[in-house]
Amino acid sequence: MTRPGKVARSLATALPLPAGAGMARMLVERNYRSFRRSWTIIVSGFFEPVFYLFSMGVGIGALVGDVDAGGRTVPYAVFVAPALLAASAMNGAVFDSTTNVFFKLKYAKLYDSVLATPLGPRDVAVGEISWALLRGLVYSGAFLVVAALAGAVEGWEAVLAVPAASLIGWAFASVGMATTTYMRSWADFDYVQLAILPMFLFSATFYPLSTYPTALQWLVQATPLYHGVAMVRDLMLGQVGAGMLVHVAYLTAMGVVGTMWTGRRIERLLLR
Amino acid sequence: MPYRSSRASEPTASQSTASQSTASQSDGSRSDGSRPDGSPPGAPASGRAPQGTGSLISARGLVKTFGEFTAVDGIDVDVRPGEAFGFLGPNGAGKSSTMRMIGCVSPPTAGRLRILGMDPASQGPQIRARLGVVPQRDSLDEELTVEENIWVYGRYFGLPRSVVRRRATELLEFAQLSERAGSVVEPLSGGMKRRLTIARALVNEPSILLLDEPTTGLDPQARHVLWDRLFRLKREGVTLVLTTHYMDEAEQLCDRLVVMDHGRIVAQGSPRSLIEEHSTREVLELRFDADDHSRHLADVDGIAERVEVLPDRLLLYVADGEAAQGEVARRGVEPLSALVRRSTLEDVFLHLTGRTLVD
Ligand SMILES: Nc1ncnc2c1ncn2[C@@H]1O[C@H](COP(=O)(O)OP(=O)(O)OP(=O)(O)O)[C@@H](O)[C@H]1O
Ligand SMILES: [Mg+2]
Repeated sequence: MTRPGKVARSLATALPLPAGAGMARMLVERNYRSFRRSWTIIVSGFFEPVFYLFSMGVGIGALVGDVDAGGRTVPYAVFVAPALLAASAMNGAVFDSTTNVFFKLKYAKLYDSVLATPLGPRDVAVGEISWALLRGLVYSGAFLVVAALAGAVEGWEAVLAVPAASLIGWAFASVGMATTTYMRSWADFDYVQLAILPMFLFSATFYPLSTYPTALQWLVQATPLYHGVAMVRDLMLGQVGAGMLVHVAYLTAMGVVGTMWTGRRIERLLLR
Repeated sequence: MPYRSSRASEPTASQSTASQSTASQSDGSRSDGSRPDGSPPGAPASGRAPQGTGSLISARGLVKTFGEFTAVDGIDVDVRPGEAFGFLGPNGAGKSSTMRMIGCVSPPTAGRLRILGMDPASQGPQIRARLGVVPQRDSLDEELTVEENIWVYGRYFGLPRSVVRRRATELLEFAQLSERAGSVVEPLSGGMKRRLTIARALVNEPSILLLDEPTTGLDPQARHVLWDRLFRLKREGVTLVLTTHYMDEAEQLCDRLVVMDHGRIVAQGSPRSLIEEHSTREVLELRFDADDHSRHLADVDGIAERVEVLPDRLLLYVADGEAAQGEVARRGVEPLSALVRRSTLEDVFLHLTGRTLVD
């Protein structure tokens, strides 16, 4: 190894950016092609939050009545719909970036052939994460329409929930995919559930944060889904404020770190 | 709505391997291999290869280690434009490790590597844009159809959709897969999958085609169809770099080759020159009714330049096999069978390493 080569290599390793050719969209295109043949799975991802909306929002909502959300009193369905939307963005992204990516990584060996082309590990990371968040976006977009039809959406600001959902999708897809690179077998996916399920139930999804004692409030506020839920809820209830920036910053940081981490992991696993 | 654990893409048993039992039928039906238009569409336009006499691939002291283990132990290689260059060696010799370094998907541990005049460490994407890679294990996209495999792969190279579609049509013709264009990949025979992998690797009109054991696991007919396709590519000026542990494949396809063992190059040259240099013209094979053939060494003492003892036979390296056979008979030695044949690369390998190539 020549000296300049060594220097170049260590520089490249020191930089946080994994190598790529800026062609991640080609992988998205590939996924779209393959997805067209298995579009039925998107149906379940759509119906789940819708079922929750009707059972929780409408059913339990009838018992609960109105709730207090940030100083306003709103019907329970209006309160819970944003949370379900945020959670569906998370679920769509996590599903694709874990189960599907694991299959492609370990069994289909898709990335081995992709990396033989000009695409690099960064393209693989960005491509898959983009695809996963797109999928989350489709779920949450469809959910928004149903929620609006069901009267669980109050104003047009709710449209802003769509870009918000893609931010949530990015954050979860990127960390989800990074985590997937460490998985050895399908059994390891139980740990994913172990992380996702409590978040779904306790991130101020079904009742306000103020329900918790102060100490627990801190804990809840540390989780990413809390920020996703809070962000979407603020948007859909028309309570946009500076506090929103915290949520955006949290989820953006998670997306950036997750994407870099994924790229590095793909590089370590496949470019040995 | 808890995280869904339905494993939509759980691998199925049928996914694991090509259905090789069908390979002979499907490939055999067209083993004549001739088509009116045989020109390989992946052949590079003239002038794409770098000008001058320089090597397309040049390695000096190339090393690859995995932890403590040294897979490639300081090899020097030069591949010239337009030739078919082979790495011949037994399992674990370091062929794939070398191919992956050349394919810019595995950084060399040490040494100097230049491909198309570029450095893989800094110009990986530019190099890969001009390579076609056929990995040891088919890595076709089983979620896509046959033609989609080529379209999508072409898109990875940034080719426009219209170009990709046109080339896919030509390449499927070349690979004799046109009728299967719209079918899924999974049920294809081993030979068909291999041809599709090669067709896919040609979509970017590569300057160099890297083939890691292109015909391993195929039946003889499927192999011959594949060889025919590779000959056509070579005629069109595509530089072929291939690995194999079949000596007949190396003899058939390679202009020059290196014999690898334990990560080192033990010999190099054209198949003919290697045989001339490291073996005799003919070989007399003697089988005896014995568990240990070395017991019969004394019987043939002095007849051959060199004798190799294999578990099931003796190999006598001689210039004239018939004469040697006559001498054996004259001594009253009676083997179960005696066979005279020409020396092959297998003999070269045996001589150089003391081991057989294919176990
Ligand atoms: N990623 C890896 N990690 C650790 N060891 C490896 C790795 N890849 C290859 N090796 C080891 O390096 C050696 C050479 O492997 P390689 O695949 O290059 O051999 P080969 O000549 O292609 O053999 P075969 O004919 O079986 O394909 C083997 O002993 C193998 O176990
Ligand atoms: Mg190999």
